[in-house]
Amino acid sequence: MLTPAQISETYFLESRHQLLEIAAYLDRYDAAVARDGGQSGPVDAEKKLALIRQALAIVAETKPTQERTVALLELFARV
Amino acid sequence: MQIIQPHYHAIARTAQDYERMAMSGVVAVAEPAFWAGFDRLYPETFLDYFRQISEFEPTRAAQYGIRHFCWVAVNPKEAENPTLTREVLGHFPEFFAKPTVLGVGETGLHKSTKNECESLEAHVEMAMKHGQLVLIHTPHLADKAHGTRRVLEVLAGMNVDRERIWIDHVEEQTIKPCLDAGYWVGFTLYPITKCSPRRAVDMLEKYGRERILVNSSADWGPSDPFTLQECILEYRRRGHSLQEAIEVFHNNPCRFLGQNPKFDIRPIRVETIDDAVVHA
Repeated sequence: MLTPAQISETYFLESRHQLLEIAAYLDRYDAAVARDGGQSGPVDAEKKLALIRQALAIVAETKPTQERTVALLELFARV
Repeated sequence: MQIIQPHYHAIARTAQDYERMAMSGVVAVAEPAFWAGFDRLYPETFLDYFRQISEFEPTRAAQYGIRHFCWVAVNPKEAENPTLTREVLGHFPEFFAKPTVLGVGETGLHKSTKNECESLEAHVEMAMKHGQLVLIHTPHLADKAHGTRRVLEVLAGMNVDRERIWIDHVEEQTIKPCLDAGYWVGFTLYPITKCSPRRAVDMLEKYGRERILVNSSADWGPSDPFTLQECILEYRRRGHSLQEAIEVFHNNPCRFLGQNPKFDIRPIRVETIDDAVVHA
């Protein structure tokens, strides 16, 4: 199995890439809302975005009470 | 759809990549001089490399109906040897005379050291003196913002024709100052380490199409020439017309590269044929 240093080295750039894609997704959504001239998007879309923000908060936890992956799968199971 | 791949390191790729690119509509590629993965020691090594990309590689591309153009430069990663850089620079005019060499590139910065900045300045001076186009590499990842600022500072202190300079690998945090200063910019699409096809389309939607080139670079590292086609698909999927896609992925390369008359592929326009002509 990999050491902590190896894991950090192996998956850092890939994680950076995935986070940038999420950031771009949220920016893209905000830009579309602004183009439509509204303060927020349709209710269903806003619910999905709220879920993504909740997921990001779970991902960012430094001392999670359960594995982040499990918590995320349970969160998305609510949709 | 006809596509031009304006930044492509062909010698690092297989014939199958050419074949698949041709099947997907690529009509031309332009190959900047690149780092070999190790620092070269001898000027002659560069000169043979320049011969490879200006003489041999066009013949390989031609087997698939693809036009191949190239650029010459000492890569920024090798700029820490100023004597070598000067010696290689002295040979550039021989290559400017070749029929497929479009200019000087990719020069630029890697760690933004003093030697790199001096090498960039010498490359740009050489290009301007000989009426050549310039392709400038900007650093990746943590060094990008600082390196791009330094590139702009170096250029600001020189007498250059900004419309003939393309600053490549811009991302969300660096595109605006480059466009505002009047340069062309490039998005380089990589699977992980650079811009993604979706983010490139986001920037096209935010900044418009003017003075923007999109490429997949595709070198000997983890990269994929077809990220360019992925980007075209994403662009079309968001509702942009075929002509708009042609403007970005074919006509803009024609507009920038065509400033050198050796690049003779012209912008194209899609037209429907009216019924009278169809049934004639």
